[in-house]
Amino acid sequence: MAVDYASLKKGGFMRQKQKGMFSLRLQVVGGNLTAENIKKIYEVAEKYGKGYVHLTSRQSVEIPFIRFEDIEEVKEELAKGGCKPGVCGPRVRTVTACQGNTLCPSGNIDSYKIAQELDQRYYARELPHKFKFGVTGCQNNCLKAEENDLGIKGALDVHWEEEKCIFCGVCEKACRENAITIDGNTLTFDANRCTYCGRCEKSCPTGAWEGENAYIVSFGGLFGNTINKGASFLPLIKDEEQLYRVTDAAIQFFDEKGKSGERFKFTIDRVGEDKFKKEMEEAYHG
Amino acid sequence: MADYDITDTVDITDVVCPLTFVKAKVAIEELEDGQILSIRMNDGEPVQNVPRSFKEEGHQILKLINNNDGTYDLIVKKVEE
Repeated sequence: MAVDYASLKKGGFMRQKQKGMFSLRLQVVGGNLTAENIKKIYEVAEKYGKGYVHLTSRQSVEIPFIRFEDIEEVKEELAKGGCKPGVCGPRVRTVTACQGNTLCPSGNIDSYKIAQELDQRYYARELPHKFKFGVTGCQNNCLKAEENDLGIKGALDVHWEEEKCIFCGVCEKACRENAITIDGNTLTFDANRCTYCGRCEKSCPTGAWEGENAYIVSFGGLFGNTINKGASFLPLIKDEEQLYRVTDAAIQFFDEKGKSGERFKFTIDRVGEDKFKKEMEEAYHG
Repeated sequence: MADYDITDTVDITDVVCPLTFVKAKVAIEELEDGQILSIRMNDGEPVQNVPRSFKEEGHQILKLINNNDGTYDLIVKKVEE
């Protein structure tokens, strides 16, 4: 039987060096798997693989040493545990995310919720080349937003309420950018230094610092043969509707203007950064 | 410091993260609700993170005092759950 490697790759089966063997990549969103998923993965790895799994660099799971003739059976078996094969090739790949503000004290946004929405909107969508999304909850950047074709970083758009302030001095030290200066009962905030990390709001004992969730988007990150830090040039994105307008526009730009085998960063370079920025700004303003 | 009726003090300048918060937490657990603890800590990571940890534990931070010798005193009022 002739093996259609392209369609297998589309379905998440990575050809191994060993003849007739495939490493099956699973669809995972934001690095979360249920106990039911894990139980089924365990069973499949024992029965059809070699009794182990590989955790990929982007929060997915691969089950190595699946025999070609077992592929359909393995897919059916995994489906019983709520697991789906992932994708490889020129498509939108696994959406990665940190745990976000539902668990992490540092988080500014619900990273997992955003990752799920991105997964539903774009996962496996065919594009000129692979396209990676990553969502990180804050400036600690555990999820390395800027190495993705499109990275999203949680931010806090902070402001200070004088009447609630006791001038205790905690925020002045919590701020790593020296944006806050307290002298007796005077507080000065240099907004130009603010990186929207939210540490002032999180440390403030009286709620004098308040903040609204916001998003910083970076475009054109690469961390393979070429390394490039994704560029953030838009002002703070204030709500999810605006966020998805921008992600839609970025995907559309790549879909329309990208050449086959060209990563997003190189499409931006070839078409022109100014033209790209203009399109993203238009999406930002709606 | 005269503004606060301090019940106990603890020095965490001799330990590093995560023991900084552990040592401070043990000290505040010895106190009664409403009593005040003064915690001496180093500049840098402790002063950036320890106040926030106390806030997250539900205690009330009153003041962070710069001793101008590379250490700070954090004044915290114990709040029982």
